[in-house]
Amino acid sequence: MNWDLLTQLLMNGLIIGALYGVVAMCFVLIYKSTQIVNFAQGEFLLIGAWVCWWFLTTWELPFVVGFLFTLAFMTVFGIVLQTVVLRPMIGEPIISVIMVTIGLSLFFQAAMKWIFGVNVQPFPKVFDVQTIEVFGMQIQTAYVMSLFISLFIMIGFAWFFKSSKHGLAMRATAFDQQVAQSLGISVKNVFAMAWAISAVVSAVAGIVIGIVNGVSDSLAFIGIKVFPAVILGGLDSIIGAIVGGVIIGLLENFAEYADGQWFQVGNMYTIAPFYVLVIILMIKPYGLFGTKDIERV
Amino acid sequence: MTGQSPILEVNDISLRFGGVRALSNVSFGVKKGELFSIIGPNGAGKTSLLNCISGRYTPQEGSIKFNDKEVTKMTPNHRAEMGMGRTFQNLALFAHMTVLDNIMVGRHHLMKNNFLTGGLYWFGGAQKEELEHRRYAEDIIDFLEISHIRKSVAGTLSYGLRKRVELARAVALRPDLILLDEPMAGMNLEEKEDMARYIVDLNEEWGMTVIMIEHDMGVVMDISERVMVLDFGKNIAEGLPHEIMANDYVKRAYLGEETDEEAEGEVA
Repeated sequence: MNWDLLTQLLMNGLIIGALYGVVAMCFVLIYKSTQIVNFAQGEFLLIGAWVCWWFLTTWELPFVVGFLFTLAFMTVFGIVLQTVVLRPMIGEPIISVIMVTIGLSLFFQAAMKWIFGVNVQPFPKVFDVQTIEVFGMQIQTAYVMSLFISLFIMIGFAWFFKSSKHGLAMRATAFDQQVAQSLGISVKNVFAMAWAISAVVSAVAGIVIGIVNGVSDSLAFIGIKVFPAVILGGLDSIIGAIVGGVIIGLLENFAEYADGQWFQVGNMYTIAPFYVLVIILMIKPYGLFGTKDIERV
Repeated sequence: MTGQSPILEVNDISLRFGGVRALSNVSFGVKKGELFSIIGPNGAGKTSLLNCISGRYTPQEGSIKFNDKEVTKMTPNHRAEMGMGRTFQNLALFAHMTVLDNIMVGRHHLMKNNFLTGGLYWFGGAQKEELEHRRYAEDIIDFLEISHIRKSVAGTLSYGLRKRVELARAVALRPDLILLDEPMAGMNLEEKEDMARYIVDLNEEWGMTVIMIEHDMGVVMDISERVMVLDFGKNIAEGLPHEIMANDYVKRAYLGEETDEEAEGEVA
């Protein structure tokens, strides 16, 4: 056994898993409050990363400024997307809404290729120190930052839903839109807010991964990776999304290790999460924390 | 208690679902401070009427005025902000939240601080505001005698208590007008008496105008100031409780020969 490699991979798994958790949380947020299965979640990462890259390279803004501009852009983007594309779909059959989000996903992938090209573009240097040593392991600075950002976002979500009035309004809307309206909550605003938050937070994850791996089409693939995480955790559970994300991250890296050491089939890293997806759907279709009577599509 | 100015004016509204006429040319007015009841057999259109007032349905014809403002086309949440609260026929509490959180959702639109000013908790008045809202919530809790369950999760409570929590949530809006859809359905005698007392107190001490749909004729005739009778979506009578009791048409349509179904409805 190569313990060094294993611990290194599991550390990576934890960090990337936390990011999956964050994106999964965004996915669940939209699902819970608007009952939309968003197949374009990965494109939020892609768009966020490209826009931030554009601010940093073309405009040569400092990282923090470009980052904040990106967040502002994604807020507007989320609200506009919800208002223009998804609001007219309210009340339509769920399968139509899914088709729309799949269409959005294809559209944004193509649009990003058209605007920014097909090559992988590295981010300008953000940190002076590329890697730092933790317990004898070399970890990319961006990954350490990402772990802190993930934790910060998770605590932020917890606070938002438990203690803020908008969080309370969102929980109320998720439970019963009609009753929420009778209490003076604007369901339209709550929907727009859910999409805006989801877009912004996903973009943060996209930027972090972009800093490490460069910005390219493959970022959108995270949106697909999120499905095993969300199904594992339960489609309508925020906590489940985090747990599912971390488990998938760890599992993926463990699969990489097992593959390299023993099986030698290659690509286990990519495939393993989807084995989990299939197995979970067979034995525990509502996931670890999901509501049992939830509607499946 | 009852003033002269109308708080709600319903003018000639009609509501259709496809070919079904749920309401035909219904008109009535409710004065400020009044306790107004709507009765009628099952399927008469009582809840549809309430839904038109609260904004869930928009009538195809006619208009609704609330506090002298035209509200016919307004969204339900806008009407709630204007001071219109309601409860639902079928329990609609947020089952996973605590009783206190349920009530605080009702305070939602009255809170001014957002998360930026809230971040300056002690300086921006957010703390003071939070305390004020909590105090009002506690007043409601005391009034409805649910202080022992304030931290309980709503879904775990008994039916009668849940009905009371739902009333508390509607009162939390501090509405001028409160719409109650069968507040006593499914309650035992003791619970009904308590609920009747709360409604009368809301009306007399808290100064809220009440519009109530209720099947229990004893309670309706006891506490209402005026009663309206709906049948097949039409307003067939309106007046003081004793006038309604004496009205022939009412006797025939509703109070008189009861079908088995209606008899069951009253027991339930």
